[in-house]
Amino acid sequence: MLTPPLTDTDLLSLRAGDAIRISGVIYTARDAAHKRMAELIERGEPLPVELAGQAIYYVGPAPAKTGHAIGPAGPTTSGRMDSYTIPLLRLGVKLLIGKGYRSPEVKAALVENRAVYAAAVGGAAALLARHIRSSRVVAWPELGTEAIHELTVEGFPAIVINDCHGGDAYADGRAAWEERGE
Amino acid sequence: MIREIPVTRIQTAVETLLTEAAYRLPADYLAALEASAPAEPSPVGRQVIDLLLENSAYAQAEQIPTCQDTGMAMLFLEVGQDVHFTGGDVNAAIQDGVRAAYAGLRKSVVGDPIQRINTGDNTPGLIHYEIVPGDRVTLTALQKGFGAELMSRLQMFPPSVGVEGVVRFVVETIELAGPNACPPVIVGVGLGGSFDTVAHLAKKALLRPIGSTHPTPHLAALEADLLAAINRTGIGPQGLGGRVTALAVHIEAGATHIGALPVAVNLNCSAPRRASIEI
Ligand code: SF4
Repeated sequence: MLTPPLTDTDLLSLRAGDAIRISGVIYTARDAAHKRMAELIERGEPLPVELAGQAIYYVGPAPAKTGHAIGPAGPTTSGRMDSYTIPLLRLGVKLLIGKGYRSPEVKAALVENRAVYAAAVGGAAALLARHIRSSRVVAWPELGTEAIHELTVEGFPAIVINDCHGGDAYADGRAAWEERGE
Repeated sequence: MIREIPVTRIQTAVETLLTEAAYRLPADYLAALEASAPAEPSPVGRQVIDLLLENSAYAQAEQIPTCQDTGMAMLFLEVGQDVHFTGGDVNAAIQDGVRAAYAGLRKSVVGDPIQRINTGDNTPGLIHYEIVPGDRVTLTALQKGFGAELMSRLQMFPPSVGVEGVVRFVVETIELAGPNACPPVIVGVGLGGSFDTVAHLAKKALLRPIGSTHPTPHLAALEADLLAAINRTGIGPQGLGGRVTALAVHIEAGATHIGALPVAVNLNCSAPRRASIEI
């Protein structure tokens, strides 16, 4: 079980392909929030939340139905955040959660900054939301679903895709099952 | 004989279809997904398939969306030429239906692609009309998530690339999409027509029941060949490795110019929400 803020020991032990569970507080951000964070970093201004040691989940949750803490909340495509990610890793963000390929630059920056990229199962949003106990908007409410939400999660499941040793679960998975020839 | 249909009837139908599509995945998709499990030798691939089935059952029981991205609403209307819409503007009525359906769903639409301000109610839905014989209206709604839409591609090829070129382009599209499109995917392929209509053919291919085959034998054979080639890539469920990368390939083809072989590939994901009604 991983609980942010994450330590080097936590991160070094993770390997591409590992199934992990996350508990505690994580922060949501997708396209619009990333753009704003990148602008703040560029201007040398502080971010609305302290992200050193923390986890960012790329998600735009659906509205909550009565009696639910949050609506369905599965991962969105991580690659769209690539161009904003490296400054965040330099600030000490340690865990990124989304789905899909990362750029070579982001993969290198994960190794350099000792951080990990993990994927949650896209399309399994209703089940994933069951691991989210509470949700509150902590920055930029005007962005709606794209605002930064602070989520309290319990046993949130993900799979390590890019570890801080250069491992890549997408490449490994494909290599194991590709049928060549014909 | 003219048949009058009040636009409020269309509005209600749009609202109902979109509301239910959000939490109820099509039966043909669920059957195809379930049937794919034994064909998936990768343990993690099997786990993903099981999880997607469980997610669907849970979402339906709770009446909550299967996926947070309930997409853009896309409405396809086959309108009988003897139909007369009464009581207002049918386009506005459709948008009212979209707005009502998305009241409790995620708002994922921005009004301008550059300024990117959320419209706040998920309108506009994208509307396509086709005039057909008769006095009925067939309304099909897609709730199209954009993880898969973003990875879709179009290319105007010269005829010389032939069927091999088509296969290469389709497989390459799947490889570039990889995990981003939330596989197992459904692959809509448009062949022929012009720059604009080939994309529409690919989208229409996604409206077909999953696993249905093209009525023209050589295109049905190409669908099977493409599916086999895609499932040899090893991408697998969620891109974690495996054999079930796509559940189906549907081709829609049309006449084209002597100088071109237009190809479009439109992908649908693990939440291929689609619903239809005849009015
Ligand atoms: S691609 Fe489909 S299944 Fe994946 S997150 Fe988007 S809507 Fe959901």
